[in-house]
Amino acid sequence: MKRMDGLDKPACVRLADADVSALFRTGLEYNPPARGMWNIVHTGMLVPGAQEIFACAQGCLRGVILTAAEMLELERMSWISVSESDMFDGTLESDVIDGVCEILSKLDRRPPAVLLYLSCIHLFAGVDFDAIISELSRREPDIAFVDCYMTPTMRQTVSPVMKMSAQIYGALRPRELDANAVGLVGSDRPTDEDSELVRIIRGSGRRLLDITLCKSYEEYQTLSESSINISTVPTGRLAGDELERRFGARHLHLPARYDFAAIDDNYKVLCGALGTELPDFSKEKESALAALAKAQEVIGDTPVAVDYTAVTRPFEFALLLAENGFNVKHIVADTAAGEEEAFERLRSLSPDITVWSAVNVNMLDMPEQEHGHILAVGQKAAYFFSTDNFVDIVVGGGYYGFSGIRKLAGLMCEAFEEPKDRRTVIQHKGWGCTCCAQI
Amino acid sequence: MKNVSRILPLYTADTSGVCSALYELGGMTVVHDASGCNSTYTTHDEPRWYDMRSKIYISALTELDAVMGNDEKLISDIVSCAADQEPEFIAVCGSPMPMMTGVDFDAIAAEVADRSGIRTIPLHTNGTRSYIEGASEAFLEIVKAYARECHRTERLGVNVFGATPLDLPLGSDQSLRRWLEENGMELVCCLAMGSSLEDVRRAPSARVDLVVSQSGMAAAEYMKEKYGIPYVCGVPFGKGFAKHLAGHIRSAACDTSGSCPPFVLPCDGFDDADTVVIGESISAGSLTAALWFDMKIAAKPVCTLESHRFFCRRAGGVISAEEDLEAYLSGHKPGTVIADPLYRYIVPRDVKFIPLPHFAFSGRCFQRDMRDLINTEIKEYFK
Repeated sequence: MKRMDGLDKPACVRLADADVSALFRTGLEYNPPARGMWNIVHTGMLVPGAQEIFACAQGCLRGVILTAAEMLELERMSWISVSESDMFDGTLESDVIDGVCEILSKLDRRPPAVLLYLSCIHLFAGVDFDAIISELSRREPDIAFVDCYMTPTMRQTVSPVMKMSAQIYGALRPRELDANAVGLVGSDRPTDEDSELVRIIRGSGRRLLDITLCKSYEEYQTLSESSINISTVPTGRLAGDELERRFGARHLHLPARYDFAAIDDNYKVLCGALGTELPDFSKEKESALAALAKAQEVIGDTPVAVDYTAVTRPFEFALLLAENGFNVKHIVADTAAGEEEAFERLRSLSPDITVWSAVNVNMLDMPEQEHGHILAVGQKAAYFFSTDNFVDIVVGGGYYGFSGIRKLAGLMCEAFEEPKDRRTVIQHKGWGCTCCAQI
Repeated sequence: MKNVSRILPLYTADTSGVCSALYELGGMTVVHDASGCNSTYTTHDEPRWYDMRSKIYISALTELDAVMGNDEKLISDIVSCAADQEPEFIAVCGSPMPMMTGVDFDAIAAEVADRSGIRTIPLHTNGTRSYIEGASEAFLEIVKAYARECHRTERLGVNVFGATPLDLPLGSDQSLRRWLEENGMELVCCLAMGSSLEDVRRAPSARVDLVVSQSGMAAAEYMKEKYGIPYVCGVPFGKGFAKHLAGHIRSAACDTSGSCPPFVLPCDGFDDADTVVIGESISAGSLTAALWFDMKIAAKPVCTLESHRFFCRRAGGVISAEEDLEAYLSGHKPGTVIADPLYRYIVPRDVKFIPLPHFAFSGRCFQRDMRDLINTEIKEYFK
């Protein structure tokens, strides 16, 4: 068994000893085989009928093309490869324009929109993306061209996932705003119909618009009718801001929370914007607490590990669990950004929790370590702690509010009682997407 | 346009070729690229990732470090990681962004070796070429670095060069070993499936090198020049060709004149064959030979990747662009096509299509359907 202590760059830190502003030193990174998180290909496929065209180097193309292959969506995916000489011979823009036009001429169908992805090297070389989009729009006026970005090198400016979550609305045309239409934006999965959020919106008589529910390009175009757009995940914030800038739809960022007061605050803002009376959530709160109590009874003192891919606020979720009697022992997260308050409260309550980096190189041998029986919330925690008892969700699973907490508690019970085929489940690429991979 | 594809995927890139080649040798491979870019390799190019640990990491390059030319971060991160992980060696290779900024991997490797005290091998990938180039350079450099002169084996010792799961199904190393033993030969080193760095060290004790993919060609040519070990190209697919190939290896071992040809694919003149096999040159060529030996089917290889000139001549050049392949199939009008299932998209409907998954093309999509054709009956599958 490989050593995990005395390392130059330790993979873990005791919560009491952690620096909230920098949990771990940066360095080389490891990539665990948990594949549930969506990438920019999955997200782009949410635009009904759109063709994705990637222009980049072979190494970058390989991952995105095979993502589409595993989704059985190769017919909606084309590419233009970029060689070393392409970068320096002055044809950077014209190669992309000509390549896109050639692809369009060969397709069996006429896509209503093309999501055109350029890569790090294009941006680094100072490509004129606006000129490319402009020329393509001139040559192919019936198609909406959207600039998209596969630029992981630039991730510290705007992450590719956040940018893509915004760009999928790029093909929308302006329409008259409908005071009766409310959009949920920036999330790659539907928000639970049973959540208070959706029930409040529907209960107000509004139309609920959500790209994840769109079946056709025509339906997709109605998304620009929303007078209010709500984003519920951190990576969706840019989408809401952009739609507000483009169409004037008010953006409310109401992130999924695991703190009762914060959930109340979200609903106050929502009801204020909708002009509806704030419902009494006493029963929902009681149900959530009862579900947590029941789950704690079932799970008992079994150590719990929470990872950042399962819930967007792992420290806040861990705090909720710890406050309700769960034996939270591990959190897998490389940052606590945006969760500083929950972090400090959790540190006071459970200073011995261990925080693990998901990308630290020394996590390579983590699955071979002795962990005992652990209940994991999230695929990465399941992998690192070698447990088949895990909650299989990503990005909060679409759960929201008090009902979300109730349902997550239920999923924890279910995970505790019914083990999963970890090897197969976590290697399925893109949670909820078709994945033909023979894992 | 040659660099455009409407629907066909593309092959694994050079960086993944490096990682795949070095996977089982106990080293640490660092790809200088952005965070997350390693998921392409670990998801789609590496079937061993879940079950077998290997120190394959990414540098998590950022825009700022690229712009500022902050090579010191890469060097110090590698040295730190090596201190924690204690690898046998370090390999460092590049991707498109380092290509743009002109990163000097030779200098970086020298600096890492100096600070860490661990042999460090620079590899000159840039993410714009196929896995053949990356794996080929990796195999060559590992042999140069570790192979040492030693006594020849008493039995006929054979090295296998160019074996990676990108071209051969997992377990192929065992099939090759069994086939060699059945034919009175001994596997010395299978570079690089199922062998260790120690096996590489004693590779010069072999009397013949068997090249099973184009990725192994450069290393075999080096071994021939440096240690006088002849090489033979081919994968022992089927029964008849497997036997023939074994005989050719024996001939090569006995040949003191150096005149024994490395290529033993006895179906020249099949330019108008009704069956075509699309894929990596040595695999495709070997399958055409196996089809002839076992089934008297005349087949022609179509090479879609960098190939030795022998195969290029025989196959009429490398055909890698989607439009060229479509034109070839349209002009040649084969009755049967044997290829990775994802090629089906461009094969005319009226052509018989026999799927033969190739991991370097379709990744995980059909990995359980991959066929180990080594020294086995193939008639049922290709009838």
